[in-house]
Amino acid sequence: MSIFILCIPLFMFLLLGLTGMKMSHRLAGILGCCGMGVTLVLAYSVAFNYFFSGDPLFINAAGERLQHLLWNETWLQFTDKLEIKLGFLLDPISAMMLVVITTISFMVHLYSMGYMRDHHGVFEHGFQRFYAFLSLFSFSMLGLVVATNIFQMYIFWELVGASSYLLIGFYYTKPSAVSASKKAFIVTRFADLGFLIGILILSFYTGTFNFTELTSVPVEGLKDVFQVSSLTAEGVKNVFATSAAPMFMGASVMTWALVLIFMGGMGKSAMLPLHIWLPDAMEGPTPVSALIHAATMVVAGVYLVARLFPLYLMEITSLEIITVVGALTALYAAMVACTQIDIKRVLAFSTISQIAFMMVSLGVARPEFHHGIGYMAGMFHLFTHAMFKALLFLCAGALIHAIGSNDYTAMHGLRKYMPITHISFLIGCLAIAGIIPFAGFFSKDEILTACFGNSMLWYVWMSAVAGLTAFYMFRLYYLIFWWKEHKIPEGHHAPHDQAWTMTLPLVILSVISCVAGFVPFGNLVTWNGHPMFDHVSFFTNLEHLNWSVAAVSLAVAIIAIAIATVMYRKENPLPAKFKNAMPALWNWCFHRFYWDELYMFITHKIIFNGICKPIAWFDRHIIDGTMDMFATVTQKTSSAIKGLQSGNVQMYVWLYLVGALVMASIVWLCLL
Amino acid sequence: MDKLSMMLYLIPALIMFCCGVYGFITRKNMIAMLISLELMLNAVDINFVVFNRFLYPGQLEGMMFTLFAIAIAAAETALAIAIIVNIFRVARNIDVRDLIKMKF
Amino acid sequence: MIFSNILIYFVVIPLVMLGLLFLCRDMKQIRTVAVVGSSALVALSIYLTVDFLQLRAAGVNDIMLYTGSWMWFRPLNIHLAVGVDGISVVMLLLSAIIVFAGSFASWKITPLPKDFFLWLILLSTGVFGFFISIDLFTMFMFYEVALIPMYLLIGLWGTGRKEYSAMKLTLMLMGGSAFLMLGILGIYYHSAPEGGQLTMNLLEIRANDAIDHNWQYFLFPMTFVGFGVLGAMFPFHTWSPDGHASAPTAVSMLHAGVLMKLGGYGCFRVAIYLMPFAANELAWIFLILTGISVVYGAFSACVQTDLKYINAYSSVSHCGLVLFAILMLNTTAMTGAVMQMLSHGLMTALFFALIGMIYGRTHTRDIRMMGGLMKIMPFLAVCYVIAGMASLGLPGLSGFVAEMTIFVGSFQHADMFHRVFTIVACCSIVITAVYILRVVGKLLFGPVYDEHHLSLTDATWWERLSTITLIVCVAAIGCFPNFFSDLIHNATLPIIDALTK
Repeated sequence: MSIFILCIPLFMFLLLGLTGMKMSHRLAGILGCCGMGVTLVLAYSVAFNYFFSGDPLFINAAGERLQHLLWNETWLQFTDKLEIKLGFLLDPISAMMLVVITTISFMVHLYSMGYMRDHHGVFEHGFQRFYAFLSLFSFSMLGLVVATNIFQMYIFWELVGASSYLLIGFYYTKPSAVSASKKAFIVTRFADLGFLIGILILSFYTGTFNFTELTSVPVEGLKDVFQVSSLTAEGVKNVFATSAAPMFMGASVMTWALVLIFMGGMGKSAMLPLHIWLPDAMEGPTPVSALIHAATMVVAGVYLVARLFPLYLMEITSLEIITVVGALTALYAAMVACTQIDIKRVLAFSTISQIAFMMVSLGVARPEFHHGIGYMAGMFHLFTHAMFKALLFLCAGALIHAIGSNDYTAMHGLRKYMPITHISFLIGCLAIAGIIPFAGFFSKDEILTACFGNSMLWYVWMSAVAGLTAFYMFRLYYLIFWWKEHKIPEGHHAPHDQAWTMTLPLVILSVISCVAGFVPFGNLVTWNGHPMFDHVSFFTNLEHLNWSVAAVSLAVAIIAIAIATVMYRKENPLPAKFKNAMPALWNWCFHRFYWDELYMFITHKIIFNGICKPIAWFDRHIIDGTMDMFATVTQKTSSAIKGLQSGNVQMYVWLYLVGALVMASIVWLCLL
Repeated sequence: MDKLSMMLYLIPALIMFCCGVYGFITRKNMIAMLISLELMLNAVDINFVVFNRFLYPGQLEGMMFTLFAIAIAAAETALAIAIIVNIFRVARNIDVRDLIKMKF
Repeated sequence: MIFSNILIYFVVIPLVMLGLLFLCRDMKQIRTVAVVGSSALVALSIYLTVDFLQLRAAGVNDIMLYTGSWMWFRPLNIHLAVGVDGISVVMLLLSAIIVFAGSFASWKITPLPKDFFLWLILLSTGVFGFFISIDLFTMFMFYEVALIPMYLLIGLWGTGRKEYSAMKLTLMLMGGSAFLMLGILGIYYHSAPEGGQLTMNLLEIRANDAIDHNWQYFLFPMTFVGFGVLGAMFPFHTWSPDGHASAPTAVSMLHAGVLMKLGGYGCFRVAIYLMPFAANELAWIFLILTGISVVYGAFSACVQTDLKYINAYSSVSHCGLVLFAILMLNTTAMTGAVMQMLSHGLMTALFFALIGMIYGRTHTRDIRMMGGLMKIMPFLAVCYVIAGMASLGLPGLSGFVAEMTIFVGSFQHADMFHRVFTIVACCSIVITAVYILRVVGKLLFGPVYDEHHLSLTDATWWERLSTITLIVCVAAIGCFPNFFSDLIHNATLPIIDALTK
């Protein structure tokens, strides 16, 4: 049954991609939704079965969750040991991801039925193509999370990259969309290079791609069942340590491999300094941003680190690198988000910042502190963030659809016109700001607890970023829905809530955002499958809260919201004052710390003009010139000596005569 | 009969040959060149006959060869004249310096 | 009896086609002959593949199957010797498919369609003959048969600086042949131990193993460079951009798709197989050169503005990867090399077919002069995107499996130098993405550049057939790589045996 989770989206992609042009827009949309709906049901049943059936395949007598290979077929054999298999690995995180992906994907499929039309209800050009690409994306993303080996992950990793490329560039006649899609692909490709090299190094030393052999030990008596274990990772580490050259340029080879693999994750998850593609990726249709660039694809990097977590645990250096990168990114993105005016960009930077939270959470996770709470917190945040960030993006989509612009200066004071969107957006903001009892509160609280357990520095740092998060989200909220009265341009209708296909996903996601925090994640997803709590009830998460951390984070969030309220609730000169008080800081934030310019400089000035052009010149003039020179020299020589072949008989006779005389005289002289 | 009387034949033949060579090299008119060629040929013929007569009096090879050469020369001249006439028809000119169309 | 050997028909069918083409009176007959003939070749190669697999499955473990040998010139012991292993089988399959697609791509060739097809078929005769031969001399002869028609095909039916390009291509490849000839003669005169019967047969030479090491040092570079020129090895690659840019569509397809593979195949079959000692010793020199090709070709492609130049430089990069992988001298990398030949053959043929079709409509190949073609000719544009994706290694298409096999295989090399060089070669995947997306973004997406292009039409049925054939093959390799990988893998084992002896 599990194979259909992958097959249905793939089939939908082929069906809509090949025959979509022949079918009506509505039919294509309905087919896409139905396909995804069936996938949703299947994925839910698989995940439910995994978590709650109590099947000994999935959970052992001690209540520890196990990894289980549903199926695993050889796809490409490299050597006796190395082979790419395509399979379906079920374990806590993949089951959780199945739920996340199918939920968001289905919401987006439904939502797009309303979003991808103009105001008169006419479907956009390429509507079928859009659904085909969405199906392709869903297929690739599902394939990625159920990967049984790192190469399968790489395969689907590339496929999600390509579908993201296609979807960002959906409006292909728009130059900005084209360049954004190009940028996204190339930046992530660059990161994937690191990933690939990491895989090569890892496989060279360990001789395997399989996650189970890298991070798990087979459980006695049960076929194909595994337990995530640090013992296996220890073994992998020993393989590296005893290899011929355990060190390379001052770091252990294993650290290199893991950091390079993490580089792939940095690209996909938009970590500093490879984050530049994500804000531009907002050129794609908004549902795509919600699905790919907020909820699913961008967390692939986090998922990758989580998947190889036991290995990372063996190399604390690499975890520290992850923490530092994550923390810097979180702060950077939060600062930038405070100044952006395009609502989708604010959300994009907020996504970057939140993913960085997850990264930090994984980075600070240590088994010795609360059973590795950081790991669980990262996954929990991934789950809740996917829900509320998708919600926020879909709200943004509804706003953009109603107003026709991404710019909040065209919005203001919309709360009266679009009540459902307003409430949903507010719920999303409360969730991301971490207000009890919304989803974000619980997950963020766990992350901060994990940071607290690791070091004071990260705890303070991440709390500050959490405060910034609350601030910029409410800044956005107030600027869209309050600030001042909405001015309806002449000849336009008043903006209003959208069709049911668009509002229904908002309502559903709002509800999820309200209650997702109560999911007892500690018993479902932990780094080694070991449950954190003895018994579970609806209030488990509340009972196990670290109230000192929670109180601080709650206080920080409320203060930040209060500041935002003062500054942005009603039109007033405070924001302008702040801006003028710190012009340099504001400018740097507004221009995203000039990262794009830096990249422009590197790619255009250095790589393009400094490497490609000289090489092309060298090829044309030196290499080809040498070849041409051979030809020219031959030609020159022949034209130099062709004058001798004058065709003038008299000349020949003359030469012959002289020659004959000379020879005769030589012979004569010699004979005498 | 001695060496001296043989020289009486050979020296005019040599002069004739040199005239032929000189003419062939210097004249630009193809007819004139042809005539020079004939001069050389005939000088050689004379040499053949003379050597045959003085050195190998009992044999006839030299004579035969001369007759043969004369016949060939006649055919060759006819051919050359034909070519020259044709060239003249096409180019209205038989100056070798101007006939360079097929050079290189 | 010679005609009882199935392999001979790979040469007989093109020759019969040649004969029939002489009799053709009009375009319709020419097309019929071309289509029927090339379909017969495809059918034959598919039959061969199936039969080959069955024989292997039945446990026939000879190095070469369907062997046959007929004396041709006794004084030099030259035979018409044929035989195939897994690699030749896939190469024959590739050639047949490309000839098939090429016939459709030149559906409306003008002027002189008859002569065009005559030369094209002669060229393919050479190609097929090369892949079935196991006699060095016969191999060389077919190699030359494949090269010479190129001169006329480019010189007469080409575009741009066609005379220059045709001359350059022919002379450079002939230069390669000169090295090759020396190499082959050298091998021949050392093919048997003192006093033994000299031979041109690859298998016998291998079995004799009589080429002494000093001679190998001399002959290995000769043959490797000789074939390497055709495989576009740096710095002997410059015929490729000019040649491809000027050639007519079908010729570019056949040339980049199949003829360049002759180079890789020859390096593999002659240079390395017959002289394993020198291969082990000297591989690093050529590894550096091919490693340079890989990155250098990709960088050069980034700044070209002519579609065909971009593709030609990308071929330099991809074919560089083929030779690079061969020189890694292990079975996985070699399997990857052959997969890459197959994959590159198909996708580059697809590229050239599409470029030809676009050029036939817009009359320009300058990417600065075009834009937004997706709106005007969606079919061709979508195919172009697919070809581009195959080229930059999207999983599910052929490029990915080939490149990954090469990288994984190369990285298994025990030596640090080789591994570091593999990483350098890996960088090409990023650069490839840059130039492919640059073209796709400029050419297909964005606003329509030239108003006149709006009236252009999309692909005709024969163009669709030609491109779809190639795309299906590209996708088939990409989706079911293990089938091809197994086929090739077994064929590399004798070579590895020779190398490790």
